[in-house]
Amino acid sequence: MVMEIQKTKHNWLNKGREYWRGMNLILKNPLTTFGLGIIIILVATALLAPYLAPYPEQGRGMSNLKERLVPPGFRHPFGTDNLGRDILSRIIIGARTSLKAAIAVVLIVIAIGVPLGLIAGYFGGKVDEIIMRFADMILAFPSLLLAIAIVASLGPNLLNALIAISIPWWPWYTRLVRSQVISLKEMQFVESARAIGASRLRIMFRHILPNCLSPVIVQATLDMGYIILSLASLGFLGLGTQPPAADWGVMVSDGREFFLKQWWISTFSGVAIFLTVLAFNLLGDGVREALDPKIRWRFQRK
Amino acid sequence: MLRYIIKRLIWLAFVLLGLCAITFTLSRIIPSDPAASYLGPRPRPEQVEKVRVQLGLDKPLYVQFAYYMRNLVHGDLGESLRTHRPVLQGIWEHLPASLDLMITAIFIALSVGIPLGVLSAKKENTTLDHLTRLFSVANVSVPSFWLAMIFQIVFFRWLGIFPIGGRIDTVVNLVSPIKQITGFYALDALITGNWAALKSTLSHLILPSITLAAYSTGLIARMTRSTMLEVLREDYITTARAYGISEREILFVQALRNALGPTLTTAGLCFAFMLTGTFFVELIFFWPGLGTYTVNAIFLNDYPVIMGITIIMAVFYVVVNLAVDILLAVANPRIRLG
Repeated sequence: MVMEIQKTKHNWLNKGREYWRGMNLILKNPLTTFGLGIIIILVATALLAPYLAPYPEQGRGMSNLKERLVPPGFRHPFGTDNLGRDILSRIIIGARTSLKAAIAVVLIVIAIGVPLGLIAGYFGGKVDEIIMRFADMILAFPSLLLAIAIVASLGPNLLNALIAISIPWWPWYTRLVRSQVISLKEMQFVESARAIGASRLRIMFRHILPNCLSPVIVQATLDMGYIILSLASLGFLGLGTQPPAADWGVMVSDGREFFLKQWWISTFSGVAIFLTVLAFNLLGDGVREALDPKIRWRFQRK
Repeated sequence: MLRYIIKRLIWLAFVLLGLCAITFTLSRIIPSDPAASYLGPRPRPEQVEKVRVQLGLDKPLYVQFAYYMRNLVHGDLGESLRTHRPVLQGIWEHLPASLDLMITAIFIALSVGIPLGVLSAKKENTTLDHLTRLFSVANVSVPSFWLAMIFQIVFFRWLGIFPIGGRIDTVVNLVSPIKQITGFYALDALITGNWAALKSTLSHLILPSITLAAYSTGLIARMTRSTMLEVLREDYITTARAYGISEREILFVQALRNALGPTLTTAGLCFAFMLTGTFFVELIFFWPGLGTYTVNAIFLNDYPVIMGITIIMAVFYVVVNLAVDILLAVANPRIRLG
């Protein structure tokens, strides 16, 4: 028993060192560091949004008709929109909306994809076949198109947009978890758990699941960029967040009416989307390279 | 080989069936009553009842699905709720404009992406490599609808070089109209020797196709870089160097030939992705293609059009994927067929 505890401790130490080495490897690339920096700023902005925004009420949607379409200047660094709202404040509040929505999508996707992957991998045979063929079928669709079709029929609002983006997305996690489970279920600790008489459910959720969570979390982080871009795209088409809530995609679309003269509305909100997606993609590349030098850019992921 | 293709085709049939089931389900969970929206604003109840019978909406769901499938097999995607014209006809009319854009875009993506990838691999881990990679990631990350607007501000409003949108200048089209032969404006203008129209078409084509190409350019450059890096480490490249073959020939002939497979696969998939990409690009550049057709349908809640396009595009996507896989398997015997 004592031996075992020592061994576990040792393992944790090793694991810590491994993470640290990985982190170093990731940060050696200037582009990755840049991406990570932007993400840290973004998360901080989202957390502190109401305190950072110069005009938080306008950021949430209150109009201010006295100052319509003011160009960028001292009072409004990024200008104001057609309802007189400060663009900077709306972008800051929008960071919160975007991150919250992206996290919600990731959670939905994990809630559907991970259990299915566990079941498919653990039981194998017919169950596996059915789940995976269904997953393949969903993956055969172009994902954004499927999302658009889903929101178009469910009706446009944020919740439906979240569901619509999640539906084409969960099969990736099912695949990921399944492949993990297949290798894990032959391991000795699973064998011993079975020998003790642990139930299937217990083995699956208490013994196997914790061991395949870290790749899932890594993958989820990497997917954030794509999810934010999809949300912005749906928002742009009017199928996502509904006004007056601040959403970057909606803001770009709102600015379209005026943008040849009042270019700032769309431009700055677009920059916010661009930088965020760029940051997540740069970080993703770094992490992928650190994890596996031979890995290829996952082009299927759109 | 043949067995592999047959297997894939059977799978394709299943995918298509699943696809129809999904779109059918989607079209039936719409909150608004299709029969009511068919009639337009303020229909009388007895009219709605009549249309419901006419559209087969009074039958049980599985019967409706059977009808739906029968119609699909006959190439009938239903009628637009607004214009009451067949959806297939609408798609057919808007398709050439979109293909025009997509073909130009994939051409741009290949001709920019491949050289960039080769260059980046050659100069691995130099500043040039970092810059190229940043450029590729930026291309993959940029929201196309925003890029399109920035292009319009810069090239139309500030520099005044390119038109803001549309497929051809209205005046040019009046003075020397294009004779529609293939539906591809540039090609038609070229065939008929209509130079004014050709010039106008090309200048209208540039901004939208570059916007549409951005994502694919980034992806293709990435793919080329990573496969080139692998190929350049192989023995036969060292041998070629030892023989004194020029570096340029090694890069662009010896190495690239073997690195091209994955790049072309990527290009094939990119072409399929572009179908969704055109939604945004066409909307902003007033391009009268499938994207505009779809987006208008979304705004008007014209669900038969949305579902019809979803089906057609998904079929296109699945078929392109299959074609790419098969081509690759034919080209590279090392690929194990499963």
